[in-house]
Amino acid sequence: MSEGLGEEVKTNPQGDVITAAPAPTKEAKKGAAAQRVVDPDYLFLQAPREKTFITGSEAAKEAIRRANVDVAISYPITPQSETMQQVGYLYAEGYVKDYYRGEEEYGVMSAIAGASRSGVRCLSATAGPGLMRGLEVISSWPGGRLPAVLLIMCRVINAPLAIQPDNVELSYMLNTGCLLFHAENQQDFYDYALAAFMIGEKPEVTLPVAVAVDGFFVTHARGWVSLPAADIKLPPRDCYHEAVPMMDNENPPIRISRDAPIQKSNFISYQMHASWQQEIWAAQERSRKWIERWLGGLVEVVNPKAKIMIVASGAAVSQSREAVRQAAEQGIEVGLVKIKSVRPFPAEEVRAALDHAEKILVPEFNYVGWLAKEVKSTIRGSERVISGPRVFGGMSMPTELILEYIMGTPNRR
Amino acid sequence: MALETIRVSPGFQKFLPKEYQDLVENGPFTKERKVSELGSFKEILEEHPMCAGCAMTLFIRVTLLALPSVENSVIIGTAGCGRLALSQAAIPFVYGNYGDTNAVASGLKRGLSVRFKDKPKDVIVMAGDGGLADIGFSAVMHSWFRKEKFTTIMLDNEVYGNTGGQESGMTQKGMVLKMAPNGKKFEKMDMIGLAKTSGVAYIARIAPTNPTRVANTVRKAVLIAREVGPTYIQAYTSCNIEYAIPTPKVMDDAREVEKDRYGFMEYMTDDAKAYWEKSEADRRKLKAPQTK
Repeated sequence: MSEGLGEEVKTNPQGDVITAAPAPTKEAKKGAAAQRVVDPDYLFLQAPREKTFITGSEAAKEAIRRANVDVAISYPITPQSETMQQVGYLYAEGYVKDYYRGEEEYGVMSAIAGASRSGVRCLSATAGPGLMRGLEVISSWPGGRLPAVLLIMCRVINAPLAIQPDNVELSYMLNTGCLLFHAENQQDFYDYALAAFMIGEKPEVTLPVAVAVDGFFVTHARGWVSLPAADIKLPPRDCYHEAVPMMDNENPPIRISRDAPIQKSNFISYQMHASWQQEIWAAQERSRKWIERWLGGLVEVVNPKAKIMIVASGAAVSQSREAVRQAAEQGIEVGLVKIKSVRPFPAEEVRAALDHAEKILVPEFNYVGWLAKEVKSTIRGSERVISGPRVFGGMSMPTELILEYIMGTPNRR
Repeated sequence: MALETIRVSPGFQKFLPKEYQDLVENGPFTKERKVSELGSFKEILEEHPMCAGCAMTLFIRVTLLALPSVENSVIIGTAGCGRLALSQAAIPFVYGNYGDTNAVASGLKRGLSVRFKDKPKDVIVMAGDGGLADIGFSAVMHSWFRKEKFTTIMLDNEVYGNTGGQESGMTQKGMVLKMAPNGKKFEKMDMIGLAKTSGVAYIARIAPTNPTRVANTVRKAVLIAREVGPTYIQAYTSCNIEYAIPTPKVMDDAREVEKDRYGFMEYMTDDAKAYWEKSEADRRKLKAPQTK
């Protein structure tokens, strides 16, 4: 029998297909049980891969399938993406050991803080207003030295009520102390999310990692993703080799008031707090070598010698690539610096890549231009930077718009 | 393994402070200690910056003594007076964000259950009335609805003591406190009733007038949480500063309040009752041959 043929396809008001949760098949459960642990280098760099055509949310699911996640905690924040419900199916199939829907984002992010302290590998995902709701807790993860992975499917912040893709919420993530990677496409989202677990759990890093992707353009759209086989997974979290003791009563000394209040008004407390904060940002820097190893660097540079350079992250990179191609057709050489890691920010790399440039564009999917500000504060000669083009509130970024900025300097003040 | 982590390795004894060795050798880690023995051995909590005469400190001291497996327990607190003592006790303590206790405890307990399948790890939330009934209310309720297996202990001093005496949801109606200059306008929140409605397995209301009863209640709550579901203890732990109770009269006040409106009450679901009766019978059986 051909299932579903001739049946009406139900969709929600956003146009997403409504599917009842399928019960995990015996086959699927076998798949989870048969997975074997492999070396991260093998999984990331050497394992043979096959191309599939999937959405960004599905790419995230495939990363989680191979990530050996212990605890995943979800909240719908409609409309976010279907990733966390996909993770629910992975839980039902046995790929994730524990999973539940939390009360709201503050509760979810707090529960992640608890789970990470117990020594397990944990995951959540959110966006826009949900990210803002959880931000108080997310900002305290790095200070707790809590490795966890947070996927952010950017969705703009409310008021006026919005559900559109726009990555303004990432500007709030810049100063939390979390590592922050920004995926260009479905492939990146798979690769970055999977590597994020291993990078954050490295002893010299011991930090949470946020992996952001532009909502709708990547999460809901399909793209080609090369995946290794599903029968391999990452090694489990090795919590006893991290920077701080676990809250499991298994590591001496038993008196570990790691979260003791150090906010007393005296010099020793100030000193403790200051050095602890410094250590978070130093740990960010120490993550670089792993980002270089597993993500192929913090940046990617195209046409490095061009006099006109574009700096972009996320979906703006894809649009910029196309603009670079179209400009070349017109005989204009344009270069591109793709920022993969926003935190740690690749200051040296950006400076080196832009030193010779006469004109620098920073196209962004948000109003505030957080990336342009980062670039300007990093390079010598910031007057070379044209902060734009920018689109926001869900608008797409036509390559013509980038080309206009390449050819002239629209709206330059 | 947990107990092994605190034992002093032979050869290192002379390097570790006498106090630590005393705690390991004579404290409640290796021997079950009774309330009547308080003062005669090294305790989990000794030094603390709590106010003189604080009833909460006595309650915490007894609670720590009563934990059925100190070496496998983690305590979660939040801003408030209680954590000043808890963070200085010889037991792992998580001090997270405001109002996050029961959400953190949910994640921690689940994570520990994933990692330690055959060894019970007890998670205990101990926080104030403001932390649990006001700012942490949603997390508390949802941890109960989800039947998370940990104990929540409310140190109910009916005021925000640590921030200088503001009314809380647990303050009695009519009390004049900061932020309630004309007296509190609404009734004390019925957290016990809410706990019942949420299906909490074991609920107790208690004042610190009878330390042995406090110890028995805590032990029961932690053990039931381990096996059955969420448990909740609401303890009257007066703030002698904000309520201007003379230090020598703190226990008199506790007795009065207990008689008036905070009498000992416990409630168990059928599941909890069945488990508790069976486990007590097993324990008696286990104990019987040993006494011969």
